Amino acid sequence: MALLGAINPLMTSGWAGGDAGWRLKDYVARGGYEMLRKVLTEKVSPDDVIATLKASVLRGRGGAGFPTGLKWSFMPKNFPGDKYVVCNSDEGEPGTFKDRDLMRFDPHSVIEGMIIAGYAMGAARGYNYIHGEIFDVYQRFEEALDEARAAGFLGSNILGSSFSYELFAHHGYGAYICGEETGLLESLEGKKGQPRFKPPFPASYGLYGKPTTINNTETFAAVPFILRMGGEAYLNMGKPNNGGTKLFSVSGHVNKPGNYEIPLGTPFAKLLEMAGGMRGGRKLKMVIPGGSSAPVIPGEMMMDLTMDYDAIAKAGSMLGSGAVIVMDETVCAVKALERLSYFYFEESCGQCTPCREGTGWMYRIVHRIENGEGRPDDLELLTSITPNIMGRTICALGDAAAMPVSGFIKHYRSEFEYHIENKRCLVPRDVQWAGSTFYTGPSC
Amino acid sequence: MGRQYLLYGAVMLEIEIDGQAAQVAEGSTVIEAAHQLGIYIPHFCYHKKLSIAANCRMCLVQVEKAPKPMPACATPVSPGMKIFTHSDMAIKAQKGVMEFLLINHPLDCPICDQGGECQLQDLAVGYGSSASRYQEEKRVVSNKDLGPLVSTDMTRCINCTRCVRFTQEIAGVMELGQAFRGEFAEIMPFVEKTVDSELSGNIIDLCPVGALTSKPFRFGARTWELSRRKSVSPHDGLGSNLIVQVLHNKVLRVLPLENEEINECWLSDKDRFSYEGLNSEQRLTKPMVKQDGKWIEADWAAALDYVSHALRDIAAKDGAESIGALLSPHATLEELYLAQKLLRGIGSENVDFRLRHSDFSADGKRAGTPWLGMKVAEVDKLDRVLLVGSFVRKDQPLLAQRLRKAVKRGARVSVLHASDDDLLFKPFAKAIAAPSQLPRLLAEVVKAAAESKGVAADAALSAIVPGESARKIAESLLEARQGAILLGNYAQQHPQAATLQALGHQLAEIAGIRLGFLGEAANSVGGYVAEALPKGQGLNAAQMLAQPRKAYVLLGTEPEMDTADGRAALAALEQAKTVVALTAFKSAAMLDYADVLLPIAPFAETSGTFVSTEGRVQSFYAVTKPQGDTRPGWKVLRVLGNLLEVAGFDYESSEQIRDEVLAGQDGFVSGLDNAASGVSLTLDVAASTFERVADVPLYFADALVRRAPSLQAARDAVAPTARLNAASLSSLGIAAGSLVRVRQGDASVQLLAELDGAVADGCVRIAAAHVDTVSLGAMFGSLSVERA
Ligand SMILES: Cc1cc2nc3c(=O)[nH]c(=O)nc-3n(C[C@H](O)[C@H](O)[C@H](O)COP(=O)(O)O)c2cc1C
Ligand code: SF4
Ligand code: SF4
Ligand code: FES
Repeated sequence: MALLGAINPLMTSGWAGGDAGWRLKDYVARGGYEMLRKVLTEKVSPDDVIATLKASVLRGRGGAGFPTGLKWSFMPKNFPGDKYVVCNSDEGEPGTFKDRDLMRFDPHSVIEGMIIAGYAMGAARGYNYIHGEIFDVYQRFEEALDEARAAGFLGSNILGSSFSYELFAHHGYGAYICGEETGLLESLEGKKGQPRFKPPFPASYGLYGKPTTINNTETFAAVPFILRMGGEAYLNMGKPNNGGTKLFSVSGHVNKPGNYEIPLGTPFAKLLEMAGGMRGGRKLKMVIPGGSSAPVIPGEMMMDLTMDYDAIAKAGSMLGSGAVIVMDETVCAVKALERLSYFYFEESCGQCTPCREGTGWMYRIVHRIENGEGRPDDLELLTSITPNIMGRTICALGDAAAMPVSGFIKHYRSEFEYHIENKRCLVPRDVQWAGSTFYTGPSC
Repeated sequence: MGRQYLLYGAVMLEIEIDGQAAQVAEGSTVIEAAHQLGIYIPHFCYHKKLSIAANCRMCLVQVEKAPKPMPACATPVSPGMKIFTHSDMAIKAQKGVMEFLLINHPLDCPICDQGGECQLQDLAVGYGSSASRYQEEKRVVSNKDLGPLVSTDMTRCINCTRCVRFTQEIAGVMELGQAFRGEFAEIMPFVEKTVDSELSGNIIDLCPVGALTSKPFRFGARTWELSRRKSVSPHDGLGSNLIVQVLHNKVLRVLPLENEEINECWLSDKDRFSYEGLNSEQRLTKPMVKQDGKWIEADWAAALDYVSHALRDIAAKDGAESIGALLSPHATLEELYLAQKLLRGIGSENVDFRLRHSDFSADGKRAGTPWLGMKVAEVDKLDRVLLVGSFVRKDQPLLAQRLRKAVKRGARVSVLHASDDDLLFKPFAKAIAAPSQLPRLLAEVVKAAAESKGVAADAALSAIVPGESARKIAESLLEARQGAILLGNYAQQHPQAATLQALGHQLAEIAGIRLGFLGEAANSVGGYVAEALPKGQGLNAAQMLAQPRKAYVLLGTEPEMDTADGRAALAALEQAKTVVALTAFKSAAMLDYADVLLPIAPFAETSGTFVSTEGRVQSFYAVTKPQGDTRPGWKVLRVLGNLLEVAGFDYESSEQIRDEVLAGQDGFVSGLDNAASGVSLTLDVAASTFERVADVPLYFADALVRRAPSLQAARDAVAPTARLNAASLSSLGIAAGSLVRVRQGDASVQLLAELDGAVADGCVRIAAAHVDTVSLGAMFGSLSVERA
């Protein structure tokens, strides 16, 4: 189902037609490409576009929440040579599935956003790097590009202006690390997807060594809507420093898992209610509020939080990509962490020492705890390994691997201790089984 | 704050490391700044000659105001920066990284060849903890076959990617890569490929652990047991500086001695592994004399007595001019000098060290000694280059590396040659044609440059019409700020070498660039300095073979391999009455044609001097005692001089000889000049189908390297084939891989035909200096090919 619920929808406002409403004519009928037309025909200056974004306090939807207007202003203005705009649609973070639906149900909003970005930053070329395991969406995006080219929204002298812009889609092969912006650039260049160390940042040394700005799909999709309503109005939809609405991919033990668009600052309780509440009426145990890298937050704490960057950060976690993983009392914290740790162990690119060696080490310790082979000093060992990874690596995957470990141990230490002492789960096996229809078998 | 502008443009920043104030250039990294202050920051992946990877994370340091430790190798200095390399934060970070590095490391130091010279071992002592907290099974990584030179123990690899970056950035071809991800990441060559670069041995030095070690040296000894002695490579003209490691009077390993002005921190594989030849079974360790067709060992006195009598007899009977001396350009300056002095002392002018040359018409017309025309270190600063007749990648691997560096910096290097070999950089423009047409190609460039600049060209070029490539090359050279035309070994060996030199000189004058010769051998310049070439009526190397002598004195050479025409050399030596060979090695051919064999010391066993292609004087000592009854060549020549009663042979040391030759020239020799005047240009040589293109493969180039088993197992040492391009093959109706008969004059050999798209049209590339092709004859000339 296209969209399960929304409050003041913007980016999802065109999703009602589902798979039948994505074409150019549908988008135009909804007022699409009007902002591009306005910017080009009324000769709105690039600086004004960026100023509007700054005023909107649109924060990057890819995970780090960096202010988009500010990021765009880092692009060198009078650079002689190519500059690039890159859209990050790699969406590999477990729990996240919003960019997929954005491109599926309203690809032209992403395209329009990227064209305006090209105009604002003086780039003549854009790439959209799309996750390799959603090939049908990639194909649809290519079709949408064809439509946009045919309609003259892409190509030379767009809408009679002096602005020319080409946009290409590229599909990856399913490596999570290719979502890290510089890993993505390497992959786009045809190399092994391994992040680059920074500095230099992409704004000075990006794709093919040229100034490049990388934003998330949702970030670009928001741009036309912001221009339409104005920066202030967009900001006011959310809360101070957390402008606008955001998509949340709600998964886990809720009745209606799926994508929801709500203004930033909406209470989590409201989002949970929109998602149909807890499955089987069971008790909420914990929530990962922003994708697998975000530290877990206990249910009771979560029920008091609002869904915005600042509130979640204050609670010790991250709003991240907006993937809300809801877990009920049938979940064993150790088992959940084991699964997460396996993911990072599996996805480390292997380039830098702490992540290459540390992710496997952490996974093996959690694995043995989960499997009744934990040792008394394992928790101390784990908590001493994580700080050796955090902030010591080339890219943030190291942090992303370490943060869940410290988060889970911080909040569920007793469960880990129980495992180590009793060689089995605190959550009884039958309870775990009851919680998941996918559960494949006992592990303790 | 802290910014200061200097006159010459570099902005200097004031920073502080561990409380020490320093001024460092803007753009430096923290690790460079620290090195400048002599502060050591532990590191593995960082290497000053390689790009920054910042992957090992060993170099983490604390930077004031930064919330987390920063990698010193990848963090640029900023004004007022305060860096702490030993603070709690820094040490804790470094120890953390060390722990990660060791958890999957086998810790098999006792059986590791790197033991004692391992950066990981050294740092682990300082930063590791004694007990591992990692209780899981350790990772095991399968070993890789990288060829005969580099041995692998990949379980020890710490994935620093130095080796990968080296092959890509310095050697110029990505022969290694990191496959797989995460913990399963592995360094490996491409599927079914080995590492075949002529610079491959450097990855052994670069590998900070024992993952890549020397195959020939493997388990030879522990590094601390070896004594380290300085020496100079006896191979190409570069004069790479060596550290020779010796145990029990045996050379066990050769490493680079860093010299930024020559070899930097690199060595070619030839320089590094040729030492194996020192211990060849073919070493001659006792003087030997042939009596009634039988070889008998003799003592030195008897052998030398025999030689002096033989030479005296011939001089008396047939005249001294019936004696000729062929001297190796790899011999020491002292040997070359004494050899010519000896020959001249007994009345013969027939002496030459330019054994592979075939055109001597510049003799008497040269303004000075041919040389590189610049310092070696200037090669990578060139911005426009024309490379004429050069297999530089194989002939001077480290000069090729410098050219590659220049290209990376934006230089335009163009090529005129008979074969379009991959130089591992993209030439700006090239013209590839049969050897006979090389002078004309160069003349076209000269003409184009003259026309473009509006100056008169040499009248001899009136009929020359520059083609498109010639114009393109000329235009690029005219833009040069630091330009050069470089004549390679092949151009120097060419039958119109003098024409090429004269044209090169004209071009240099017109374009305001320099003319240089890439030194073929360790003493290609030294031979001139030692006057080891004929004057007046004396016969040069080619004439000595074409007009067979009654007696030959050979110094360090196997003429069948080392001359321009091995077949002629064999014939001349076989007909001679007496052949005296001063040599470190014996061979079947030599046992056949020689009459006396005098064992002289190879470079490792004698003191001596090489004058490199840039004119640099490099003297060295013996690193081991001579094997068996071997004597340093200079001593043998000295005694011969005494026995033949030549005046001025009272030397006590090789230094005395050197000082006599150099007469006060210090550091660099004088008299270097590549100009030639009055050479009559030969431009109208008709091309013939087919012409031979003969390279001297790098591992066949001299007697020592020919006997180094590991190099002989390398891909560069495969037996010669007849290489033709597709058009030539199809015009002959010959399939690649089939056996063909190649006829050159009245000689013929059977070879496998091989497709090689690089070979010029109408040419067959057949390597010289190999037993399989010696009987073909001259390196240049026409030949025919037919199905065998
Ligand atoms: C391991 C890793 C994976 C990432 N994956 C994604 C991704 O799939 N999509 C995305 O938009 N950003 C991802 N990011 C964040 C990007 O590096 C980058 O910050 C983002 O694309 C910037 O866009 P924004 O400013 O619009 O948020 C990832 C970061 C890391 C460290
Ligand atoms: S942190 Fe991990 S994923 Fe990122 S560069 Fe290092 S090894 Fe690769
Ligand atoms: S083999 Fe050696 S040089 Fe190469 S990556 Fe491994 S440790 Fe580094
Ligand atoms: S030396 Fe700096 S990260 Fe390796």
